[in-house]
Amino acid sequence: MTVRAGHASLRVEADARVEIRLTVNGSPEVVDVEPRRLLVDVLRDDLDLIGTKVGCDTSQCGTCTVHLDGRAVKSCTVLALQADGHEVATIEGLTAGRPAGPDLQPALHPMQAAFVEHHGLQCGFCTPGMIMTALDLVARVAEPSEADVRTAIHGNFCRCTGYQSIVASVIAGAEAMRAENDPAHGSAGPAASETPA
Amino acid sequence: MIPARFAYDRPASLEEALGLLGEANGSARPLAGGQSLLPVMKLRLARPERLVDVGGFDELRGVRWLDDGRLAIGALTTWAALLADPRVMAYGLLADAIPTIGDVQVRNRGTLGGSLAHADPASDIAAPMLALDAELVVRSAGGERTVAMRDLDAGPFVTTLAPGELITEVRLPGPRDGVGSAYVALPHPASGYPVAGVAAVVGGGLDAVAVTGVGEQPYRATAVEAALRAGVPIGEAVATIVDGQHVLTDPYADRAYRGAMAKVVAERAIAAARRRAG
Repeated sequence: MTVRAGHASLRVEADARVEIRLTVNGSPEVVDVEPRRLLVDVLRDDLDLIGTKVGCDTSQCGTCTVHLDGRAVKSCTVLALQADGHEVATIEGLTAGRPAGPDLQPALHPMQAAFVEHHGLQCGFCTPGMIMTALDLVARVAEPSEADVRTAIHGNFCRCTGYQSIVASVIAGAEAMRAENDPAHGSAGPAASETPA
Repeated sequence: MIPARFAYDRPASLEEALGLLGEANGSARPLAGGQSLLPVMKLRLARPERLVDVGGFDELRGVRWLDDGRLAIGALTTWAALLADPRVMAYGLLADAIPTIGDVQVRNRGTLGGSLAHADPASDIAAPMLALDAELVVRSAGGERTVAMRDLDAGPFVTTLAPGELITEVRLPGPRDGVGSAYVALPHPASGYPVAGVAAVVGGGLDAVAVTGVGEQPYRATAVEAALRAGVPIGEAVATIVDGQHVLTDPYADRAYRGAMAKVVAERAIAAARRRAG
């Protein structure tokens, strides 16, 4: 958080709690936390956003990856207080604003659809983190190479796939996102949307 | 895992933060990106009574040229920001080292100053900073001083900084003609930390060689430097790379293996630096 000139300082004693305000998937949220509360626990336990997983809980496996102010972070290694006043995006936010399909479920984000299409998951436990990390990459590199993808997912472990299908999924997902953002080129993504996530 | 209880301060200004850190007299730790401190707090290897969150101070972020031609990096600048800065990536050894630190998520949040203050004996960045003879600007409520990188570490996870002191800036020598540099590490395949890592800055009268992951703290291999200055071939010069060091050992890399790998990566780093020096 940018501490603005004149912004009040904050002090929370060890046995006290404090209200924090954060934006999660575009919605303002107010949560009551103690200083040692971790962001991932606020997301899962207070806000019921259980798409974000806890695997190792030691900043290694990456399945807790969310976006904090647009960049991928491991939410098991961020204090909830560090997210006070900031914007968080989780896997649940990706389908927001996408038109519902015939089953009345919102259409998948093109990156999610690519993981389905290219068998980028087996058990699925790593998938939310993989996808959030992939989207951090695509935000910086619209047309990532295989090497770009492998570098990007270095901090995301998958114990099922051997990664090959995940790499293929991310490359295909990036291509679908480019097509969605520029429908004049390439085949349309799975769901054109007025508000791309 | 949940850290032990701690109090949290988010001061409105750097001056207030320095005041709080000074008052706490060592019972408080500054929190920057948290990528080193929070993991050890979750494992309860560290139990600070109070965290002073300095992570929001924009004046400690960013890269700028100093009037004397040196490059100054704000202590809160993240690895991701450094990777995106061509002035930083122009240093061969930083372009080698920074992509090997942590992973994308850690580099998005982890900071240069926080990492240096953590003083990990296997820190990747310590070797380039030592080889470059980086200078650290350190502030406290009492004022400001500079500390040579060579004088920062006092042992594993211990620095010479006094309670209440905060690293605010890191200053590197500016571009120099005929100087080349490189960092080569053998990363542990699971943790990514260097089993042995060596940074070299050579040419233009310089023969700086720094080692990380090998001794109880990162160090300058002065005997190797002297041999290189005397014109000894690289392969022979690196023979003394672990001289005078208590070489770390663990079930994955014992003393003999780690020392042998230190020679291998030193040879590669020095050779690469010489090639880049042209």
